[in-house]
Amino acid sequence: MSAKMKIGKKVPPMPESWYEPSKPHLFCPGCGYGIMFKALGQVVDELNIRDRVVYGIDIGCSLLSYNFFNFDTIQTHHGRTTPVIYGVRRADPSRICIGVFGDGGGYAIGSQHLVNACVRNEKVFCILMNNTVYGMTGGQMAPTTMPDQITATTPYGKKVEEFGWPMQGPETIAAIGGDGVYAARAIVSNFRQLKKMIEKGIRNIMDNRGFSFLEVLSLCPTNWRTNAKETWDYVNNVMTKYFKVGEIKVPEELKEV
Amino acid sequence: MAKKKPVEGEKRAFLTGNEAVAWAALVAGAEIMYGYPITPQNQVMHTWARIIPPFDRKFLQTEDEISAGFATCGGVLAGVKAFTATAGPGNVLMQEPQSMAEAMRIPAVFIIQQRGGPSSGTVIYSQQETTLTTYGGNGEGWRIVYSVGNHQEMYDYIIKAFNVAWKYRFPTYVMGDGYQAELREGLTMYDPEERGIEMIESEPIVGRPGVPGVDRPPAHLVNIYSLEEELYEVCMKYQAEYDKIAKEVKECETFETDTAEILVIGHGAVFRSVKEAVFNMRDKGINVGYFRPVTLKPLDVEKLRECVEKAKVVLVAESSLGQLYRQIRDACYGLTTPIRGLFMPAMGIVSHDIENEVQKILNE
Repeated sequence: MSAKMKIGKKVPPMPESWYEPSKPHLFCPGCGYGIMFKALGQVVDELNIRDRVVYGIDIGCSLLSYNFFNFDTIQTHHGRTTPVIYGVRRADPSRICIGVFGDGGGYAIGSQHLVNACVRNEKVFCILMNNTVYGMTGGQMAPTTMPDQITATTPYGKKVEEFGWPMQGPETIAAIGGDGVYAARAIVSNFRQLKKMIEKGIRNIMDNRGFSFLEVLSLCPTNWRTNAKETWDYVNNVMTKYFKVGEIKVPEELKEV
Repeated sequence: MAKKKPVEGEKRAFLTGNEAVAWAALVAGAEIMYGYPITPQNQVMHTWARIIPPFDRKFLQTEDEISAGFATCGGVLAGVKAFTATAGPGNVLMQEPQSMAEAMRIPAVFIIQQRGGPSSGTVIYSQQETTLTTYGGNGEGWRIVYSVGNHQEMYDYIIKAFNVAWKYRFPTYVMGDGYQAELREGLTMYDPEERGIEMIESEPIVGRPGVPGVDRPPAHLVNIYSLEEELYEVCMKYQAEYDKIAKEVKECETFETDTAEILVIGHGAVFRSVKEAVFNMRDKGINVGYFRPVTLKPLDVEKLRECVEKAKVVLVAESSLGQLYRQIRDACYGLTTPIRGLFMPAMGIVSHDIENEVQKILNE
């Protein structure tokens, strides 16, 4: 922890798990990733598992975290984080494999991996950032895009009759997952809950119980073209109409955590 | 206590090519196979899954070839010898992870049992995955590709492939085809170390000992770069390294190339027929010889040019419309020897096909 980062007394220290030389990070101002990374970093610190974590990331915004953390990181291809990290976990079960990707990577191009990792109960933890658009490639429609939402590929708004309703990810995982699967949805505006869900997701794979999946409702002011107030209003009041925040499937042993 | 060795002493066996693949991977120390069903490589998975329990190895049937390839990359990064096997459209899907293996120097081993193409083609046989396997992916073909012609070679070169992959850190391929995959023939199985072959140990690329940031820097592995210049430097460095190791890796087999007027070239299963045809014709007093590339990538360009230059005519025989031929022609740029082709896509080539073609050339 260098002195320069301590701007004032009230600034909390960075998690030990953050890789300091890569700060300030590469994400857009106002992005929701930083909040999730703070929670993830704190949980990894508290569980003292930095030496066991293998962190996988996609192509898409998540790749900007290729040097974000002070743990071993593999940047993969678009949608392919899941097979790479379950490949690691199958070869070396002592690893704690955490994958982070977006709604395009998880629900579109990598959906078969997500579904089958859940069906096989792979002991990996996938965190999916839902910001209702493809961020890095320029704000195209994602499987999570909201009805009437304007995106680069739905310039007149997403028509539900043409493109369907927003993808219900954790609900799908809960529906197809067997015993031991953990499925939940967090929101970046509720940090305590987000952190608790990350902890449960990690504990579930550490206990070798089953597949863990967490969708995080996140922010993309760059592609939403919103100011700060509108951004928070969108995630808190519009997205939550379609995406219910909370735990959807919790193994018995995790209920007390 | 030392684990029991899968094969002790020299053992004669009568196996299919796919069975030979599984046994060779086992004696080579492969820890895990990731695979997805596609004919004609299925029996590699069947055999592997059946024989591994006493030896504490693993198998994962994935959801498709994309994930089989990426999981193989993950297994290798975790530090074990990992492999996969595929064919045809599966090989097409698997180009994506193969491209990542090239970009990140992941020493994964890929077994390719070629089937007919394009598209679903046939499930039987072909040599139409030559270009795909040697140059597939959105890159420069930093791969080591062995094309084998019989089950003994299948066994020997799979052992070699694991060593070569982990020594040079380039993805390494052993390419056969549906005929070789399903055909049953005799071979000698052995433990490589008993024969004095030193097996190179694998090592973790992520998850090395110690706490990242305390005992060692964290591994931050990437295959994407912000600037053209960054990627340019990586490409130039990898190409230079590939060129350097190519000298040690390239392999070929030649016969009577000093005196041959007609030089016949073939690889894989077709080489069996090339060899037989050349021997038959030599018996009849016809001046023929052969060049057989064992490594299709890197090709032994020096030796090839030397042989081609001495011949009056070159005949490339292959079960495709010229995939090896194009590599040969490129490698022989500037030489004046005419290069002809006997192209039979998706069909087996037997010795009299080659003898007839040579006779046609002689009659001209």
